Amino acid sequence: MANNPLDQFKIKEIFDGPQIGPIDLSFTNSSLWMVIASFAIVVFFGLTARGKLIPGRLQSMGEMSHEFIADMLKDTTGPEAVKFFPYIFTIFFFILFANLLGMNPYAFTTTSHIAVTAALAVFTILLVVVAGILRNGLKWFKIFAPSGLPLIMYIIIVPIEIISFISRPITLAVRLFANMTAGHVMLKLFAIFIAYLVGKGAMTGVAAIVPILGTTAIVALEFLVAALQAFVFAILTCVYLNDVYHVDH
Amino acid sequence: MAAETTKEVASSGLPQFDIATFASQITWLAITFGLLYLILAQFILPKIGGTISDRHNRIADDLDTASRHQREAEEAEIAYERVLADAKAKAHNVAESTRSSINEEIEREITAADAEAAAQALKSEAKISDIRRDALSNIDSIAREAASDIVKKFTGKTPTAAQLKKILKG
Repeated sequence: MANNPLDQFKIKEIFDGPQIGPIDLSFTNSSLWMVIASFAIVVFFGLTARGKLIPGRLQSMGEMSHEFIADMLKDTTGPEAVKFFPYIFTIFFFILFANLLGMNPYAFTTTSHIAVTAALAVFTILLVVVAGILRNGLKWFKIFAPSGLPLIMYIIIVPIEIISFISRPITLAVRLFANMTAGHVMLKLFAIFIAYLVGKGAMTGVAAIVPILGTTAIVALEFLVAALQAFVFAILTCVYLNDVYHVDH
Repeated sequence: MAAETTKEVASSGLPQFDIATFASQITWLAITFGLLYLILAQFILPKIGGTISDRHNRIADDLDTASRHQREAEEAEIAYERVLADAKAKAHNVAESTRSSINEEIEREITAADAEAAAQALKSEAKISDIRRDALSNIDSIAREAASDIVKKFTGKTPTAAQLKKILKG
């Protein structure tokens, strides 16, 4: 057992992959858990997509997931954003499965790495920028300059809008990364403390009940955080996609 | 290689900030996320969405059929009520016309009876006045005969008509 609470985030190589320019194809434990998460999602929704008129329990779960994401996108962005539905669906369930699978002992939490969360966040924001410009042309840049203000205000408003736009991918990435990392560090610390107390002798071993209860509570909290952070990432993506369709806000 | 660098850097801080692992992580994220997106978007989500919209359509169709049937039932009821009202109106008309024709007939009969009675009365009056006139004229001749009888009895001879006239007037 590793006693360093940060060891659980270590990336370990499984297969050595070729290095093509900057692209490193080494298959690591992180890659493995991404594959497992994607595979689990495909298996789960592949099994639920049965197409029966009267759904069974499994099919109902798949359809509820579908309607949950579809309603979220429709309510937050609008019915015209339906072509982004597969993306929101994929990002929500990819993060959800990665977070939940990471809760298993010995599993690796891919979303606890800033490289992964930043890549997802940057891709999401690039998607907003590209889709916005494709749809609105150069008029899309009016999102940084809301109409109907006195001229002097634009000197203040435009930089604020630009900074707030740039901070979106940063907050998206850091929020998910920090939540997952902090939760797993805290769990590991409590667990190490239990082992330490029990190892010291009978008296302190009884006192270990406190961190055991604490760990149990934190595990429950972490499951909540795992689902909540996936939801937050998905709904913020929907909110940011608003800028594609509503330039004059 | 990525993993070897990790071992050296990890001891000094969070493994998350080991830049050497970023390329591998992002590459595999792109591969897995991209494949997952393609499989979901191309195969699984259309199937789930299709099932849901099929069900919605089916329910909407059933509701449409139900409301159409209800409308038809309501129309049938309206038609039935119209027919019923027509029949009632017709029956009322028949009764009304029958009553009025009967009334007319009664009226006609009464007038006819009245007219007949009046004619009868007129005829009877004429007869009575005839009888009265006859009776009056008979009185004259009877008086003459009686006078002539009386004269004959007293005088033994029959008076002449002129004499009788004179006597009766006197």
